[in-house]
Amino acid sequence: MNRILKKTQLSAEVFEMEVEAPLIAQNRKAGQFIIVQIDSEWGERIPLTIADADPKTGTITMVFQTVGASTHRLAAKNVGDYVENILGPLGNPTHIEKFGTVVCVGGGIGVAPLHPIAQAMKAAGNKVIIIIGARNKDLVIFEDRMRKIADELVIVTDDGSYGRKALVTEPLKEYCSQDPKPDLAVAIGPPIMMKFCAETTRPFQVPTVVSLNTIMIDGTGMCGGCRVSVGGETKFVCVDGPEFDGHKVDFDNMMTRLRAYKEKEEEDHHVCHLELQIESMEHKGGR
Amino acid sequence: KERLAIPPQEMPAQDPIARGKTVSEVALGYSEAQARLEAERCLNCKNEPCVKGCPVQVPIPRFISYIQKGDFKAAVDTIKETNLLPAVCGRVCPQEKQCQLECTVGKSLKDVGKAVAIGRLERFVADWERENGKVTPPTVKPRTGKRVAVIGSGPAGITVAADVAREGHEVVLFEAFHKPGGVMVYGIPEFRLPKSIVQAEIDTLKKMGVKIETNFLVGRTRTLKQLLEEDHFDAAFVGVGAGLPKFLGCPGENLVGVFSANEYLTRANLMKAYDAKKAATPIYKSRIVAVVGGGNVAMDAARMALRLGAEQVHVIYRRTREEMPARAEEVEHAMEEGIVFNFLRNPTRILGNEQGRVVGMELQQFELGAPDASGRRSPVPIAGSEYVFDCDTVIVALGNESNPLLVKTTEGLVVDKKGRIVVGADQKTSLDAVYAGGDIVLGAATVILAMGEGRRAAAAINELLAKK
Ligand SMILES: Cc1cc2nc3c(=O)[nH]c(=O)nc-3n(C[C@H](O)[C@H](O)[C@H](O)COP(=O)(O)OP(=O)(O)OC[C@H]3O[C@@H](n4cnc5c(N)ncnc54)[C@H](O)[C@@H]3O)c2cc1C
Ligand SMILES: Cc1cc2nc3c(=O)[nH]c(=O)nc-3n(C[C@H](O)[C@H](O)[C@H](O)COP(=O)(O)OP(=O)(O)OC[C@H]3O[C@@H](n4cnc5c(N)ncnc54)[C@H](O)[C@@H]3O)c2cc1C
Ligand code: SF4
Ligand code: SF4
Ligand code: FES
Ligand SMILES: [Mg+2]
Repeated sequence: MNRILKKTQLSAEVFEMEVEAPLIAQNRKAGQFIIVQIDSEWGERIPLTIADADPKTGTITMVFQTVGASTHRLAAKNVGDYVENILGPLGNPTHIEKFGTVVCVGGGIGVAPLHPIAQAMKAAGNKVIIIIGARNKDLVIFEDRMRKIADELVIVTDDGSYGRKALVTEPLKEYCSQDPKPDLAVAIGPPIMMKFCAETTRPFQVPTVVSLNTIMIDGTGMCGGCRVSVGGETKFVCVDGPEFDGHKVDFDNMMTRLRAYKEKEEEDHHVCHLELQIESMEHKGGR
Repeated sequence: KERLAIPPQEMPAQDPIARGKTVSEVALGYSEAQARLEAERCLNCKNEPCVKGCPVQVPIPRFISYIQKGDFKAAVDTIKETNLLPAVCGRVCPQEKQCQLECTVGKSLKDVGKAVAIGRLERFVADWERENGKVTPPTVKPRTGKRVAVIGSGPAGITVAADVAREGHEVVLFEAFHKPGGVMVYGIPEFRLPKSIVQAEIDTLKKMGVKIETNFLVGRTRTLKQLLEEDHFDAAFVGVGAGLPKFLGCPGENLVGVFSANEYLTRANLMKAYDAKKAATPIYKSRIVAVVGGGNVAMDAARMALRLGAEQVHVIYRRTREEMPARAEEVEHAMEEGIVFNFLRNPTRILGNEQGRVVGMELQQFELGAPDASGRRSPVPIAGSEYVFDCDTVIVALGNESNPLLVKTTEGLVVDKKGRIVVGADQKTSLDAVYAGGDIVLGAATVILAMGEGRRAAAAINELLAKK
């Protein structure tokens, strides 16, 4: 049982939650994730990146976007409530060393998992350039926290409501065209964004790390549900990743696999919205 | 002679058609009268050939003679001298290849199917004990103050926990999943092994004072080294089971609709996806399912797919029925339920549509050649025999490689080429005070073998701690 200690709504769809998980807080490293299950009987196991942790208070922070039933149910939890199961830290930590210049690209919710990595890259003595991308101004998260780390920070939005009106690949390409070019790029966000970031850096031969978000169950290498094709080989994201060489990942196959359960997910999402609405009406009605 | 004339008692089972729609247990178990009749068939052989066939040497003639006398409690206590999980083993042991293979009655009647039904009798007394509230948790000796970490809560880990706790040592059982039980809860389906039976075993452990830490992945949450050096455990047992399911290694294996049996069964069992209304975990909707493999795992996946509403379920196996490693009873049940067996076939590629979803497989035909190293006739592909087989779901049940996580995060733990932990006769690993057993040592094996290794490891741990 993990108690929720803090809950903040960062935007219409994005929530930040701090939960008790002392052992995970002690051992986790940048790039690792957890698997969360709200209730043991009927809940789904969903992976979320550890956005931050404090070993002293024994807490970890997750930042998530409400995209379907499980994330909505999580967002409906309040301070003092419990999440029944949290397993972690999972996955291999990010390989951190002094590379030189590192461009960190975060799209949407991907900025949250990027944060500890950017932090660690900075601490290792790298020059850190951060590119934040979002659909619109309301969806830009972690700007202040990233500004604290970044040597240079660029914000782009799809609709131009904040920062530059562009896709993240535009500034990324500009940085790659500079001399000297960056020594490493790290891209985390929706699969399609990571795919195009990898395509952007490829001609410049800038090594590009991506963090994959495939469908998972156990997170321990037992089921193979999280598999992706990397350089023609089948890899398990939970134990071999989650980070891989973006130039070798078969993103198209990965995106197809992410849609495997669309039907049931949409149905549950719908049902879940109804349930949550009824619940909030009952609350207002003072039951 | 008279005993040989008693007909073997059939196991009552649910109707094959009706049961295809529920997940409740198929084999219903003997009645008291049936159990006593079946027990009467045993000849109490002096040389005990059946005992030699059992990996943990259950005192078979002795426990059966108690059933003959109607003393079921004495019977189950006798079994528990060497087998801590009789309700489980009675259901899942491949008896026809172990105890019952050696049975004199079966040999005299020239049919292993007519051997004394040792497994069913074992199940009967274990169920009788549990259902009548006669389970007596083993007595635990006074606390010694020594601590043992048991990693993994499958049959190997459960056995070690019980045997070590009995000696008065403090035991913490670590499990990565949110529920303990290992393959017995996430892999083997309810219709073959009800989860309440595994839960009862776990409850017994708790009554003995064993602490269970779920959501704890040793190697990540804490490393084995941290447990031993910082958390003051005096010894550890590694029973992390198999992992890393094998795939076909052919084109199309990552299409949507291709699953490892582990994934499919975990969704259906542990995550309860069979109840789509309540469970948040989805499972793939299938019309025609092809399961590749011929073991227990393949049978479980096929029969589960049927229960989840598939119109047709096919098993694709490279050899023939004789070579199938699955328990005979499971194959029979699968056939009764209408699962179609396609022998001497193997996929060469999986075919997908524009949406990246499975629409079929290319199968190659095989014939049986000369016996191979395992003594089974090996399948030989027939050139040019490929044809297309329509299906929308492929479940791969070809076994597992070893899970590398614990090994990768534990310096100095020696493994073989296949990643299995290397142990000595007492199950000790290359590390001091660290023992291992079950599938992580044997490769994919059986519940009873995992338990047997657990018992040996526990004995060695108890001996080590007595000296410390
Ligand atoms: C390593 C990793 C780290 C992640 N980190 C974050 C994070 O920090 N913040 C965040 O908001 N999201 C993160 N995700 C994605 C998050 O797990 C999914 O958004 C979530 O599972 C959706 O569940 P749902 O029931 O709300 O939505 P659903 O409607 O069920 O699913 C929406 C989409 O999410 C994906 N998805 C569904 N089930 C799973 C599952 N069990 N595992 C993984 N993906 C699934 C599918 O593509 C699906 O179409 C991460 C995923 C991975 C693999
Ligand atoms: C579908 C299926 C059907 C089967 N049918 C039969 C049958 O009919 N008869 C039979 O005899 N055998 C059968 N088997 C095989 C049998 O289940 C296994 O041989 C047996 O369970 C192995 O026991 P174990 O204790 O070694 O490990 P497991 O039962 O695999 O348990 C290992 C446990 O360790 C946990 N774990 C893994 N890594 C860690 C870690 N680092 N930290 C903490 N916990 C960890 C896992 O989550 C798991 O719960 C079947 C197997 C499957 C998959
Ligand atoms: S444990 Fe298995 S092999 Fe041994 S007697 Fe019981 S059923 Fe037979
Ligand atoms: S071999 Fe068969 S008949 Fe003989 S003691 Fe064993 S179970 Fe009984
Ligand atoms: S999530 Fe099951 S193997 Fe990765
Ligand atoms: Mg979901």
